[in-house]
Amino acid sequence: MFASVSAVDSPSGSSPTRRGTLGSGRATPRRASRRWVALGAVAAGLLLGGCQLPTFGAYKGVTTQGQDSFKLWQGFFITGAVVFAIVFFLIIWSVFRYRHKSDEIPKQTQYHTLFEIIYTVVPIITVLVMFVFIFVTENEVDALNAQSVTVNVTAFQWGWQFQYPGYDVRVLGVELQDPTMVIPAHETTKIVLRSADVVHGFYVPEFNFSRYALPGVTNQFDLSPVTTGTFRGQCTNLCGLYHSLMIFQVKVVTPSKFQAWIHQQQNAPNTSDSIAAAKRQIAQGNLK
Amino acid sequence: MTDVIDPPVIVAPGAPSVPVVHEHEEHHGPEEHGPSGILKWLTTTDHKIIGLSYMITSIVIFYLAGVMALLIRVQLATPASSFVSFQQYNELFTMHGSLMMYLFAGPFAFGGLANYIVPLQVGAPDMAFPRLNALSYWLYLGGSITMLLGFFVAGGAADFGWVAYAPLSSATSSPGAGADAWIMALALTGFSAIFTGVNLVATIFYLRAPGMTMWRMPIFTWNMLVTGILILIAFPVLTAALVMLFADRHFGTHIYTVVGCHTTAFAGHPSVPDPNACGSAVLWQNLFWFFGHPEVYILALPYFGIVTEILPVFSRKPVFGYKGMVFATMSIAALSTGVWAHHMFTTGVVLLPFFSLLSLLIAVPTGIKFFNWIGTMWRGQLRFTTPMLFCIGFLLGFLMGGVTGVMLAAPPIDFFTHTTYFVVAHFHQVLFATAVFAGFAGLYYWYPKMFGRMLRDNLGKWHFWIMFVGFWLCYMPQYILGLKGMPRRVAVYPSNLGWQMYNDLSTVGAFLIGISFAILLWNLWISWRRPVPAGNNPWDGHTLEWFTTSPPPHHNYTHLPPIRSERPTWDYNHPDALVISHGRQPGENGHSNGSSRNGHSNGSGRNGHGGAPGSPAGVGIPTGAAAEGEVAPT
Repeated sequence: MFASVSAVDSPSGSSPTRRGTLGSGRATPRRASRRWVALGAVAAGLLLGGCQLPTFGAYKGVTTQGQDSFKLWQGFFITGAVVFAIVFFLIIWSVFRYRHKSDEIPKQTQYHTLFEIIYTVVPIITVLVMFVFIFVTENEVDALNAQSVTVNVTAFQWGWQFQYPGYDVRVLGVELQDPTMVIPAHETTKIVLRSADVVHGFYVPEFNFSRYALPGVTNQFDLSPVTTGTFRGQCTNLCGLYHSLMIFQVKVVTPSKFQAWIHQQQNAPNTSDSIAAAKRQIAQGNLK
Repeated sequence: MTDVIDPPVIVAPGAPSVPVVHEHEEHHGPEEHGPSGILKWLTTTDHKIIGLSYMITSIVIFYLAGVMALLIRVQLATPASSFVSFQQYNELFTMHGSLMMYLFAGPFAFGGLANYIVPLQVGAPDMAFPRLNALSYWLYLGGSITMLLGFFVAGGAADFGWVAYAPLSSATSSPGAGADAWIMALALTGFSAIFTGVNLVATIFYLRAPGMTMWRMPIFTWNMLVTGILILIAFPVLTAALVMLFADRHFGTHIYTVVGCHTTAFAGHPSVPDPNACGSAVLWQNLFWFFGHPEVYILALPYFGIVTEILPVFSRKPVFGYKGMVFATMSIAALSTGVWAHHMFTTGVVLLPFFSLLSLLIAVPTGIKFFNWIGTMWRGQLRFTTPMLFCIGFLLGFLMGGVTGVMLAAPPIDFFTHTTYFVVAHFHQVLFATAVFAGFAGLYYWYPKMFGRMLRDNLGKWHFWIMFVGFWLCYMPQYILGLKGMPRRVAVYPSNLGWQMYNDLSTVGAFLIGISFAILLWNLWISWRRPVPAGNNPWDGHTLEWFTTSPPPHHNYTHLPPIRSERPTWDYNHPDALVISHGRQPGENGHSNGSSRNGHSNGSGRNGHGGAPGSPAGVGIPTGAAAEGEVAPT
């Protein structure tokens, strides 16, 4: 979806990857001369010519949703970098070019209507275009599709419970035990997120995604992992004393391994306690 | 102020450079007959002394909160540090944020600088309600002490973050008295802010000097007017939200609590669980951020104003795009009331596109301001005094924070940066650029006016450069940490994720900032021990405050220059360098002495000279009333 939209204003239609078109296509220099437009075009060409844009520090995303967000990040990073570069240059240019040279009073210019119109209209257009990309990506990320697996995630002070409705499987872990949520790759898992007490945050950095677990609210979202692996998750919203330790793992396995895991859990003796019991344990100081 | 204030006398520009002082004997009365020493500071209603009290208190708070920040950075320098406990860590970042946001950044600007400067800039003898002004300060001081006392109660200070999300701030999760102290402190300082807002708006609307039309107000005053209005919109919401939070904690209401709520809480009646009687945790977030986002601009706009005062003075040019700047400020204020839920993108219960679009749109007026600032410097004669350097530090820092802010306005990006160090870096850059770079630019700039003595420029430059390096070193690694997935408000972190190096860089940067502020203390001390006299107008200032003495007399002015533009002192001192109205005219290129008055409406009344009633600009001369309804020059 993202790619199809960006194709509309891609300056180089033959480019194999359209990532970053948002940035290079939109953030044309506002006050600058043609020289800058030309430079921007060269930079855009270089960026688009390479088959892979840099990640700019972010994760590429293990899920399709995370990958959509990642593409938006690339576009926004380039846009931001271009805007930063232009304004930074103008500031630095003013500082060095117009440093005090004589006691002569400079021309007392106060208005320049044309510039004022340009630097109002160009940013408006820029942000409106950015908004289109946001809107499209956001709908991708937040879309709820047909899911094969559902996991009821309950956050509590200070741990996580992952319950698999229909399978009678439950994983519960408190701080420093790092409970593991197992989900299948190449399928869509629906997460139903709740909180048992205060506001928590379900955050898996490599999924490029987080969502609050709010008391009294049920949040739902899809995760569609495309690769297997074990990924670190952590509570991001301050939830009290041991907020720092509210870590969990997400293990993405192949669908067959997932079924095997479910089967194994069903046959294992049910050792997991209730959340209330876990909290009592924490209250008694049985940390570790 | 019960004493009758004589209207200042307007001095014509043709008068001798040392203006003829129209002697008003009564003027020297109140100052000399009032109490002196500490009693004067305790009983005063003089806006200048109240402003100084505000500034001194808020700078003390700033240093305290800065020390807390250093403790936080020491804790994070190693992955599993036990320098402070989890509980102490939670208290530290809560109080660091609360002190900086509620007790420093706002009060320093709208309580301190605005209190001192706005009446001077509009040519008023004092604020509109001097006693209310004093009340504001004492409420603020009481609130500040109340908040700090939280450290000394059982259970420690508030530990739920400066945003106090319900239900973590409920009696169940945070039973300590420190939380109550925090709520009380914010109620007190909230009223203080509201009263100051009333005072600023009334002063600016009703106490402007003759000739000081709205379109001749300096940008700092304009920004304080808009800030005052924003305060009146935002702070009552916070106070109301706090009252409800307090009721939840002590009177058994369930406005924000969901877990364990009951229908009855009366003695003798069994509590009956009833899910329909439950409150909403998200309500707190909505109310808080409805205050909180305008609050961000309440903190930012005054500092934008400071920068917009300083850049023209040290560029020796008028502010570029003056009216556009004012409209940009107004649009920022208007938009800021409609973007609160961009702090709640990850809650899953807000309308993402609406808040995303409005948040993006705020970038437009902010960008206009940037181009105004750059346009002001363009083709100027830039003098790099300490205040000017701080302003350039602001421009660069705020640019970085602003660009990442636009990224955060995109919900899909916010999803993976929200409540991580990416956001921490973003808002610290924004707030540090405004409240610290621009705030201390204001201190260096107006200190000579306030005390009649200069701060040392060389020490100021050391302060700037060390702080500038510290700023980038402290916050840039935090962006990387955020992208790597380090959540904010964690006291420990795993050692195997490569986070330590970035944290260490950040800690080094923080300590550089700390060192730079030790230099400021030294500078203040030196200036106190070995004063360098400043004179009335050390910077060749533009605005009215540079026309009076340093420090100004009790009621600020005995005489005023004619006010024909937003920089009357400049016009008075440089009658041959008035504003060229509309940009480059053909054939005007290369003109640099600025003496041209072609097509220049501001100059039209000037030769008619301020004394003559019915001069073309229509200034009602020394009538003592603000010249309302006057047509502003374009």
